[in-house]
Amino acid sequence: MYAFSYHSPKTVRQAATLLGKNPDAKVLAGGQTLLPTMKQRLASPSALVDLGKAEGMSGIEVKGRNVVIGAMTRHADVATSAIVGEAIPALAALAGGIGDPAVRNRGTIGGSIANNDPAADYPSAVLALGATIITNKRKIPADQFFQGMFSTALEEGEVIVKVSFPIPSKAAYEKFPNPASRYAMVGVFVAKKGSETRVAVTGAGSDGVFRSAECEAALKARFNPKSLDGVKVKASGLNSDIHASSEYRAHLIPVIAKRAVAKAMAK
Amino acid sequence: MASVTMIVNGKEVTANVDPRTLLAQFLREHLHLTGTHVGCDTSQCGACVVHVDGRSIKSCTTLAVACDGASVTTIEGIGTPDHLHPMQAAFRENHGLQCGFCTPGMIMSAIDIVNRKGHQLDEHTIREELEGNICRCTGYHNIVKAVAAGAQAMAGK
Repeated sequence: MYAFSYHSPKTVRQAATLLGKNPDAKVLAGGQTLLPTMKQRLASPSALVDLGKAEGMSGIEVKGRNVVIGAMTRHADVATSAIVGEAIPALAALAGGIGDPAVRNRGTIGGSIANNDPAADYPSAVLALGATIITNKRKIPADQFFQGMFSTALEEGEVIVKVSFPIPSKAAYEKFPNPASRYAMVGVFVAKKGSETRVAVTGAGSDGVFRSAECEAALKARFNPKSLDGVKVKASGLNSDIHASSEYRAHLIPVIAKRAVAKAMAK
Repeated sequence: MASVTMIVNGKEVTANVDPRTLLAQFLREHLHLTGTHVGCDTSQCGACVVHVDGRSIKSCTTLAVACDGASVTTIEGIGTPDHLHPMQAAFRENHGLQCGFCTPGMIMSAIDIVNRKGHQLDEHTIREELEGNICRCTGYHNIVKAVAAGAQAMAGK
């Protein structure tokens, strides 16, 4: 790891000021991706702005018909939250399946979303549930937030403060993990709210998380696993690597989506 | 350099460290608490697991400065050679180790599992919960037995 200066702001405002003064700085949330990346020297920020002590950044509450989660809330806290378990059990289950217990005790929802790893779990929930990302500057709808692999709508000096998830009528997340890394080769989050059904796919797209138009169209008439029988997803734009070809991932998407719909209906 | 103060195994320590010092490095090289091991250094293997404010974390993937104000417990903080922690005793009694390199992390993770899941742990739960700890010797079988026995023994502690 290359040397950096370390800052521990007490407020989001201070964090934004520090980021403004250090254009090369990175935000440190749970560090479960950033620190390994820095250790491999794939990232070498001149400064780290640690949000660990910034006030009002973590916690879970229900506001109206939304579950609002602070950006520094750890995966383990989302996984075991009674509020999330009651309102959006699929989100609690997703958080409980990230990494391993020690990683879940450090990693944060804000960090995962801001990083937008193409195989991360959280972006699929944010996109399928139609969440709103609340930053220190504005509110960003999920459909506009994710802008390709490791790329988001966040501007310089912009920090995620909260994520607001509308409570769906039915939802579930299902992933096909790589047997070694346990990262999703294909992960599918399905969410039904009123007449709208959204299907977000992680792990498969070469541009990161995306909505599957084919699966959404099939589920529009009837939210049922059988609706996905015979659905074909195009392999173009999907990842092809040593773990799986793009054709294999394309095949997996409706298969995993079908399992997710069955899981959502069982609840 | 950055100043960091934390409580390690019940004692307050303050030090000036390079901000890039990992918690594992700080424990081993500054405090000479070498019971915390670094196996993979990529947050896969779990040999470096310690408790920070009562929760298991991977100390190779945490900055020491980020633990300012925290309470840290390492393998040295849970028992002594004469008075082993019940989980340590269970690993000894059940042959839950061969080379022993992964054992400190296994035991710290095992105690965390008991803290979260209680004293009656079935095999499936233990195996799932040990996902972040790798052992290259035992094949895990006796580790799973040790964790189940240690969990029960901790109830009578």
